[in-house]
Amino acid sequence: MTMEQQERRRSFSFAVPALIWTCAFFVVPFLVMLVLSLAHLEGRQIVQDYDLGNYVKIFTEPSLFKGIMVSLEITITVTILSVLLAWPLAWIIATQVPERYQRLAIMLAVLPFWTSYVVRSYAWALVLGQNGVLMQGLIAIGILDEPVQIMATRAATVIGFVHFFVMLLTLTIYSNLIQLSPNYARAAADLGASGWNTFRLVILPLTLPGIMTGAFLTFVLCIGDYITPQILGGNNELSMPQLIMLQLGRRGDFPMASALSVVLMVIVTLAYAASARWLKMERV
Amino acid sequence: MRTLGWLYMAAIFVFIFLPVVVLVLFSFQDSRLPVPPFDGPTLKWYAQVLADRGMMEALRNSLVVAVVSSAVALLLGFFAAQGLARVRLPGSALMRGLLIAPMTVSYLIIALGLLTVFNNLGFRPSLWATGIGHVVISLPLCFAILFAAMGDHQKNAERAARDLGASDLQVLFLVTAPMLKPALLAAFFLSVTFSWDEFIIAFLLTRFDVTLPVEIWSMLRSGLSPATNAIGSLVFLVSIVILILLELTVFRKSKT
Repeated sequence: MTMEQQERRRSFSFAVPALIWTCAFFVVPFLVMLVLSLAHLEGRQIVQDYDLGNYVKIFTEPSLFKGIMVSLEITITVTILSVLLAWPLAWIIATQVPERYQRLAIMLAVLPFWTSYVVRSYAWALVLGQNGVLMQGLIAIGILDEPVQIMATRAATVIGFVHFFVMLLTLTIYSNLIQLSPNYARAAADLGASGWNTFRLVILPLTLPGIMTGAFLTFVLCIGDYITPQILGGNNELSMPQLIMLQLGRRGDFPMASALSVVLMVIVTLAYAASARWLKMERV
Repeated sequence: MRTLGWLYMAAIFVFIFLPVVVLVLFSFQDSRLPVPPFDGPTLKWYAQVLADRGMMEALRNSLVVAVVSSAVALLLGFFAAQGLARVRLPGSALMRGLLIAPMTVSYLIIALGLLTVFNNLGFRPSLWATGIGHVVISLPLCFAILFAAMGDHQKNAERAARDLGASDLQVLFLVTAPMLKPALLAAFFLSVTFSWDEFIIAFLLTRFDVTLPVEIWSMLRSGLSPATNAIGSLVFLVSIVILILLELTVFRKSKT
């Protein structure tokens, strides 16, 4: 054995424990789920007759198929709204705020990140409730005569999500913006571009990687989240994670829960494939 | 234009801070519902949650799981990064991909997979099961951070140490680790915060020895209460203190 082979073997042995851990507790469970999704539940017994019955059911039974649509609609709305709200904030912090206060401004912008996730959704329930601060405030200043129902609707879920992801996206877009030299904008202006054209043709394309990385992250985290729709959206319309939990809780239907999870993973993979050319994932 | 910018920033900051301010303010509410009008201040809800044994137990469980799972993930991630960063192996891109993969999968799916396997093996839900799940989500994070931090600069120092007769483990812990200290600390504390705040894995994989997010979740089922505001505010306070300590120690030093 040559020196080089020895070195390689030694290096590989360092990676082995982590690889075993990932295989045992991530890859194997996923494969088990994949197999289980082909079985189905009869009474309380799992019958191991492998077919695509669960998948057919997901796409034909309205209550299940609606979950996919609800999740997609919520996630796409949240992703778009979050980008639209976060970009200007990141841009203002990067260009209008004096440099020595920028770090402080960005830390403040993401400070509520550090509240617990469950607690943050609960706090929005406090704000948005019938007797909550928002409704009472709007009534007090005369905009509303009586409270409007927001809690337990999709609007509440979207607000809760957008709050979280505006913070996340402000961070990713800001870190992208400060790497841009101000000379780009200056050069564009010298060459006669208007403010709008400078933005549209120079600044926006240069921040696209930051936007897409953040948007992809938003998509993945949003579509897989159970807490926010459960606390804020209630049970009027169920998202996919809520449906998965429902299968587990009500009758222990692990095969159907597995099939729904596989569909969820396929959707995320498709989203990745669609945005991969803009993502800066190759760094890791 | 400039004024418009400041107005916009102010509006978004109001949106970002609104729930936190409401949370903290109504933790001092005197009556039993945390909604306007505010009739405090009182500290009785803080006294109540601090005297709540279930809550304190959950707090301790959360701390133990966070620290232990992060330590395991850091160790595994450190070894793996060292192994894959130093030499080109056939299939090393594949191995990197495998180690990063759990980062792109929803926690709910990771939890469901583990629950299925543990059920089949007759392994009861427990704090241990949760810890295993938390290592699965922290390992990609630790690996990615440490892998990115390893450069040629360290490689030369390691080679020198090895030429001078240091064993593999000596090189790893006496040469590599000290050079990577900021990255190691960052990976560890990030893992701790992820585990500390994680809900769905802990919810599905524990039964009696629950963690703090799960305990708070079960409080929510009995409706709105200033006690929930109090525990939420305390968790926030602890996070902020840790954040300030980190900012003052780790990150200040690593910048120079």
